[in-house]
Amino acid sequence: MSNSAEAGGTPARSPRERFPLLTLIFERFLLSLVLLFAVSVLIFAGVEALPGDFASTYLGQSATPETIANIRAELGLDRPVVTRYFDWLGGVVQGDFGTSWASRNSVSEQVGKRLGNSLFLAGFAAIIAVPLAICLGMLSVHFRDRMPDKIINVISLAAISLPEFFIGYLLILYFAVNFGIATFPATVYEGMGFLERIQTIALPTATLVLVVLAHMMRMTRAAILSVMSSAYMETAELKGLSSWRAIVKHAAPNALAPIINVVALNLAYLVVGVVVVEVVFVYPGMGQYMVDAVTVRDMPVVQACGLIFAAVYILLNMLADILAIVANPRLRHPR
Amino acid sequence: MPDTHLLSVRDLKIEATSYPPGEQPKRITIVDGVSFDLQKGKVLGLIGESGAGKSTIGLSALAYGRGGAEITGGEVKLDGIDILKLGKGGIRKLRGARICYVAQSAAAAFNPAHRLGDQVIEATVKHGLMTKQEARQRALYLFQVLGLPSPETFGDRFPHQVSGGQLQRAMTAMALCSNPDLIVFDEPTTALDVTTQIDVLAAIKHAIEETDTAALYITHDLAVVAQISDDIMVLRHGKTVEYGSVQQIIEAPTQDYTRALVNVRQTAREEAADQSNPLLKVDNVSAEYSNGFKVLHGVSLHLCKGQTLAIVGESGSGKSTLARVITGLLRPSEGKITFDGKPLTLTLKNRPKDDLRRIQLIYQMADTAMNPRQTVRDIIGRPLTFYYGLRGAAKTARVRKLLEQIEMGNGFIDRYPAELSGGQKQRVAIARALAAKPELILCDEPTSALDPLVAEGILKLLMKLQEEQQLSYVFITHDIAIVKAIADSVAVMHRGRLVRFGPKSQALSPPFDDYTDLLLKSVPEMELGWLEKVLATRRMESAGH
Repeated sequence: MSNSAEAGGTPARSPRERFPLLTLIFERFLLSLVLLFAVSVLIFAGVEALPGDFASTYLGQSATPETIANIRAELGLDRPVVTRYFDWLGGVVQGDFGTSWASRNSVSEQVGKRLGNSLFLAGFAAIIAVPLAICLGMLSVHFRDRMPDKIINVISLAAISLPEFFIGYLLILYFAVNFGIATFPATVYEGMGFLERIQTIALPTATLVLVVLAHMMRMTRAAILSVMSSAYMETAELKGLSSWRAIVKHAAPNALAPIINVVALNLAYLVVGVVVVEVVFVYPGMGQYMVDAVTVRDMPVVQACGLIFAAVYILLNMLADILAIVANPRLRHPR
Repeated sequence: MPDTHLLSVRDLKIEATSYPPGEQPKRITIVDGVSFDLQKGKVLGLIGESGAGKSTIGLSALAYGRGGAEITGGEVKLDGIDILKLGKGGIRKLRGARICYVAQSAAAAFNPAHRLGDQVIEATVKHGLMTKQEARQRALYLFQVLGLPSPETFGDRFPHQVSGGQLQRAMTAMALCSNPDLIVFDEPTTALDVTTQIDVLAAIKHAIEETDTAALYITHDLAVVAQISDDIMVLRHGKTVEYGSVQQIIEAPTQDYTRALVNVRQTAREEAADQSNPLLKVDNVSAEYSNGFKVLHGVSLHLCKGQTLAIVGESGSGKSTLARVITGLLRPSEGKITFDGKPLTLTLKNRPKDDLRRIQLIYQMADTAMNPRQTVRDIIGRPLTFYYGLRGAAKTARVRKLLEQIEMGNGFIDRYPAELSGGQKQRVAIARALAAKPELILCDEPTSALDPLVAEGILKLLMKLQEEQQLSYVFITHDIAIVKAIADSVAVMHRGRLVRFGPKSQALSPPFDDYTDLLLKSVPEMELGWLEKVLATRRMESAGH
């Protein structure tokens, strides 16, 4: 029957109309690749433009024009910028980030260990923060403008208003120093057991959770509230459903897209923004590695860290976009 | 015998707080002293214009106040128990179980994230009235009774995958699923095309009879309610105007207001005899959207000076698209348009300013067609400045003159759109079109968002202006009654094609093509038993085929 209707003048449907979901996902993927490439250019250019010079920092007092020239030649800094960029990019594509200028170690190897540590910390914080934030968001919609909502709001606002290093020091003061129930510093090392690891990172995890919780919770609340006035929420109420069921079953699925987006943004923040927290807790992650490299102008390390942070950011946002697209029943089930 | 009453409403009073811009909030009474009784298996029609409080009364049967409305007085008794005195939990047990609600726009009232079947059975299962299995069986039965296509798999679909008429029937199935004692139908067919409306109406009527459910049927269309109700209550400004049996209301109304409602569709105008000298000529025009979807297929028609061409068709028939092509907003892929003997440029951008001036538009939603931050003076004054360079006192004088022409007083000149009623907004929109001194006005469903009596006023105004200024109208509508009343020539459109065109007397007289026949027969008439008659002829025809 539908065939005869189509024969009546409408042209054959393009792949875009037949598979809207796949097309959109493919578009996002391509876009992410382009973006990553653009970021690599920016990072390289930015590092180039930094004031100061590795050779003179490294040599310190013994810097003479000849020794500086020697080191520059050894590191290949005398070659044109474009050549160096494509050299670097070629290595990066194969997973080789070059050699650290300061330690002469392979950057990839170092980054590998550090990234694992950072992801462990961020992932653990995310496992706690995301479900907690969404539950609190739904709770505060359920109790909107009443006491529980206000309490949740005030506490989360307070947490977001304090800088993370301050929260970190507060937690250290109370839980590690005064009560002695947590460990500090939160340094993990190879060969540490899983449970021990979790115990060690309790405080930095708590700090990160507190920092990202409020944003996600408030966005969840706002996103759900904005669909609460929809006609189908009235339908749910007139069906005699309980308010909690109406929120969880009828409002939340329609507020998924903005919630997914804010969750992804915060996950990215967890990975990228842990720099300060890692330094406070002496945690051997990417953040600390990058900070150390910046102080000695160890450019291959800075570039590698920058690019990885950017890649995480782009990847998470791409995932969020794709999930938000998949969450839309109109795209998942085309007519 | 009060015992036999299923629903008994006494002295209902409903209030709300309104927040007028720049003033103190004030209490307003929406419904005042309304009483009625409803017996098991009977249907009471609530009728009135918008703001009459009919939806509010309907929702009070579920002890629900929409948008801050509060039931402040009276009682609503269901089987002798005042449901207003039940607590939150008690009311929740009734809603979706014994009393159900069918909303005006099923498209908005269904949750887009869930399958229709799950939504239809949700309340029944959650209230513990049936197991999931039983509820699915019941839903299947109801889908069949309501004539939904492939009822076995219908429930697996998402709301966006079915048509508006099907959604409205699915909503009825959702309401009937729990075997309720009472259903509140809140304008269930208003948003539908006439040809769809008649099917949904028949399906609802059949389902109500089949399940012996009582219903409150809310509508602004007396002809519709006459087909389905046993009793009718006419409401105005939150008060009862008249309450009686269908027969009494339709055939012997006692109140002036009811009489006006019954007779609302009886203005008619003789068509012009000479239709040979076209002002606007549309020649074999086709158009498509940018994605290649063809929306107009070779449409040719014409309109003479000082006359009205009515374009009828249901939504998606291409009638508004044709107007967009004439204005130049959408470039036709083929064909040409001649205006006053000269070809019109196909795109808006290259059109000379004077051609722009000579063709003006009036939209369906006057609300969205006006800048809410501008006063009436600015809205009407804008074309005066744009086309005629009028400013200051000259402009104000002209605006006043225009306000006079649209029968609105000087007091409106500094009001904002939000401070006007629907009919007044549409009048201002007409004045804005008139300000350019056009020869042709394209009216895109200018009355379909208005109540019948208000719409009648707008139509009369348009006719008067046509007499005075020799205006020509292209009048786009889905309402055959309006076509009969005002048109000189008629074009019937269906799926992007012109199926019929000619002077009114020819276009609306037999022999008909199939579509025009269906369209004309689907328009509800103010006559008892009209629905049965139409359905009976349909059955005979389909048996004959």
